[in-house]
Amino acid sequence: MRQLAAIAVFAVAAAVLPLFITSGVVLNTAIMILYTALLGLAWNILAGFGGQFSFGHAVFFGTGAYAAAVLQAKLGWNAWATLPAALLLGAAVGAFIGALSFRYGLRGSYFALVTLAFAEVFRILANNVTFTGAGVGIMVKLKSGAENFQFATKTGYLYVILVFVVAGLVLCWWLKNSRYGAWLQAVRDNEESAAALGVNVFRVKLGAIALSGALMAAGGVFYAQYFQYIDPGLAYGPGVSIEALLGPIVGGLGTLWGPVLGAVLLQLLGEGTRGLFANAPGVSLMLYGALLVLMVTFMPSGVLGVLRRRA
Amino acid sequence: MLELSILWPSILNGLTTGAVYALIALGLTLIYGVLHIINFAHGAALMMALYGVYYLQRSLGLDPYVSLAVMVPTMFAAGYLAYRYVIGVASHGRDENILLVTLGVAIVLENLALFLFKSDTRTIDTAYTFTTVPIGSAMIALPKIVAFFGAAATAGILLLIMRATDLGRAIRACAKERQGARLVGIDVEHVFAMSFGIGLACLGAAACFLLPAYYVNPMVGNGFVLIAFTIVVLGGMGSFAGALVGGLLIGVVESVGGLWLGESLGQIGIFLIFIAVLLFRPQGLFGARA
Amino acid sequence: MNSQRRRQFLINTTALAASAALPLGARAQANAIKIGVLHPVTGFLAYSGNLSRLGAQMAIDDINKAGGIKSLGGAQLQAVLGDAQSKPEVGAAEVEKMNEEGVSAIVGAYASAICLATTQAAAKHNIPHVVDVGVADQIVERGLKNTFRFPPGYKVCADTAMNDLVLLNNLAGKPARSVLIVHEESLFGTGTANLLAQQLPNLGFEVKEVIKHANPTRDFNNIVLRVKAANPDVVIPANYYNEYALFMRTMKQQNVRPKAIYSVLGGAASSYKFVKEFADAANGVLDVNHWFNPKDKRASALKKRVDAMKDQFFTYEVYLNYSAVQLLADAIERAKSTKRDDIVNALANSTWDNHFMPFGPTKFVNGQNQGARPLMMQVLKNDIKVVLPNTYAETEPAFPWKG
Repeated sequence: MRQLAAIAVFAVAAAVLPLFITSGVVLNTAIMILYTALLGLAWNILAGFGGQFSFGHAVFFGTGAYAAAVLQAKLGWNAWATLPAALLLGAAVGAFIGALSFRYGLRGSYFALVTLAFAEVFRILANNVTFTGAGVGIMVKLKSGAENFQFATKTGYLYVILVFVVAGLVLCWWLKNSRYGAWLQAVRDNEESAAALGVNVFRVKLGAIALSGALMAAGGVFYAQYFQYIDPGLAYGPGVSIEALLGPIVGGLGTLWGPVLGAVLLQLLGEGTRGLFANAPGVSLMLYGALLVLMVTFMPSGVLGVLRRRA
Repeated sequence: MLELSILWPSILNGLTTGAVYALIALGLTLIYGVLHIINFAHGAALMMALYGVYYLQRSLGLDPYVSLAVMVPTMFAAGYLAYRYVIGVASHGRDENILLVTLGVAIVLENLALFLFKSDTRTIDTAYTFTTVPIGSAMIALPKIVAFFGAAATAGILLLIMRATDLGRAIRACAKERQGARLVGIDVEHVFAMSFGIGLACLGAAACFLLPAYYVNPMVGNGFVLIAFTIVVLGGMGSFAGALVGGLLIGVVESVGGLWLGESLGQIGIFLIFIAVLLFRPQGLFGARA
Repeated sequence: MNSQRRRQFLINTTALAASAALPLGARAQANAIKIGVLHPVTGFLAYSGNLSRLGAQMAIDDINKAGGIKSLGGAQLQAVLGDAQSKPEVGAAEVEKMNEEGVSAIVGAYASAICLATTQAAAKHNIPHVVDVGVADQIVERGLKNTFRFPPGYKVCADTAMNDLVLLNNLAGKPARSVLIVHEESLFGTGTANLLAQQLPNLGFEVKEVIKHANPTRDFNNIVLRVKAANPDVVIPANYYNEYALFMRTMKQQNVRPKAIYSVLGGAASSYKFVKEFADAANGVLDVNHWFNPKDKRASALKKRVDAMKDQFFTYEVYLNYSAVQLLADAIERAKSTKRDDIVNALANSTWDNHFMPFGPTKFVNGQNQGARPLMMQVLKNDIKVVLPNTYAETEPAFPWKG
């Protein structure tokens, strides 16, 4: 219950932000933090709660992004209508990959690598198929208006991504406190024991990857609407997969707030270093990489791990 | 489409390209097989090695094949130190942390290279850059043929080390049973660092064979990482023979797949094989059943 | 980690958060006009991004040295540098930062995907955004009032290339009947190749094959094999520098010599770097690409200065950005104001022709400079010469190539 209250407080705090802040930089940073947090929350469902690390989460992201873009550009759908379609597709892709991988008992790094391979397969396909625009990519047409999921100011986007994030947090809260979630965590901790206790390991894992896929696809839809252009590299490339896993690991794997904390930390780190040494390209990113290594060295269980030890 | 007259040269091309892939995968399979680290910094390390070969030629006039004598020990030392004092320390032995550490190291290396060497693509000019050797109806570039034999030789040397030396035995012990190895008195951290060093030494060799036929810039490593992972899985994690055969196989698949489906779509063959191996034979061609 | 260290860490993070909101590089002189210079100077596009930044910075320095913006009392231009890190979302974030630093305009962002994001972000604040390169035509087809592209997009380049190929072929007695297109798989390559593959048959050429390749492509031997097997008269590459260079090297290695290598926006074809490093493979290559007016002394003077710099080459990234900044300065001069709206209007009705590009006076329709056009160059005797159109030609084209 306390956690639900915390989520509510977080939601309200983020929601009133635009009332006090008009700075485009801060609002954009807030949006990007929430967006990265969403990706992390999705990844964390499968990895943190389910114990299955994925290196190819972009496969779900890209599916959602392309769903939004293609349905609008080629079939004239309304932008909002593409969201449920994207969620379903994300879950379906998750179920497909999960069914294959779990059926054949893939775990640990093998599972991680197979997700990477699937992401690449989708990327190559997207690059060679006309209905995704192939290498040219797809533009989401400029059609300002809340009814088109395009807002004249940042506030609209902030609220949308906030709703997604809150939904993700509630989903994770449910995973932490429900029977299904208990099964999932039991599978994560020891698959054989869980099976021995009667948990349907295959179905539980399948559910997790479907949920994870759906939430990640929501992130893809948001990206498509916010930046209005995707191509196979942006949608299915390793960049997104890496972005999804950085936050939760830095923030605290398998925790409710880990992905959010991680997103805050990493976005601020990125923004903070980017402006430094503007005349010497590369130095700021070296700093970022070095700080990343230091963070992992001194906070091996993530930020929450540190806070917990203190508590 | 598939024409017989170009199938043979295509296969040969695939074999020679695959040999270079194998060289890159050899180091990765050792690192993965022994330390169970998915080394995201492998591509960046290759890139640094390529710069090493480039500057040895530029400033000292050393032929890339002569540079083997310099690059291999240097990369070995770099790998040993990197593991001992950075990666081993920072990761506290946790898998997800090692991931992040190698990722962070990759970012640092790529941008260090950008800062030091600028973003220009650099190539070297040797007397044999444009030499080709006729094999049947095909004209194969000489540097690539040398790379082929280089890969075979490297794999052979590695196998020798693993089978016939004390270090090799220690490495195999640590790979199989970390705690047990510690209990019999093996300095596991030292052995891990040696393994990482050998892995990077392979990259040093790979760089010497690759640069004459390719180029170097700060982002060049990224193009090889996924393929290297595929080969490691295909051949069997920890198997050198597997990395060699896997590399050659992938090279041929890429080549022939490119002929058949087009260069862009043909890449899909590599990853479909990757998935198929993971699903149906995760221990790879030469790996022992887990 | 003990509490002392944790506290310090939290303090540092907060400081980072605060610094992210502070304008950086804000040592403004009085009356300085801030111009955002936004390019991907790290990541995959770093090479082009850094050259682009060089061109923009040189222009700003030159304009300042010549007295700044005279209609504003000699006000100096001040570059506000931004790094798009080769990602559209970072480019958009940098635009927000530049907005809060009070830039009057933005020049950038080299790559089409990044330009799409940056022009959109700039539009929300009505910041005039001069597009330096970005060849995708979608950039100027969205009805954004703040976006102005000085050079041509890939449609104009492809159309010009096709017409010029017909001309070239006719002049030589029609030796070429078949073509083979090799293109990179992303936006500019695919878009260009699609146009060519569609139109060339109507112009009397047989398109033997269209070969698409990835970025990066590690080996071109197979593609060259297919070129050899198809035996086209003309090979048409449209790709980026690294792949173009590797392709040409491999062609030379395999001894494949078509009647002409006719590039459209060829990545390395009209590159002094490529000519310098691979003289043999480069000779004879034709390219329809961005180029400066070879008869304009200012261009050759600028080239001399860039050549004198260590490891720099006078590439399209440099002179297109140089011109983009000049275009902007002219607009500010006429607007007599640093207000964004005024500059947007000044750009919209710009008829500037004090530049060294072969475009004539500027005229923007929907943000595209109507006079913008590519030229056709050929690498001859280790130098790059314009061969078409006649108004700018320095020498006769050698077609077919008998090198």
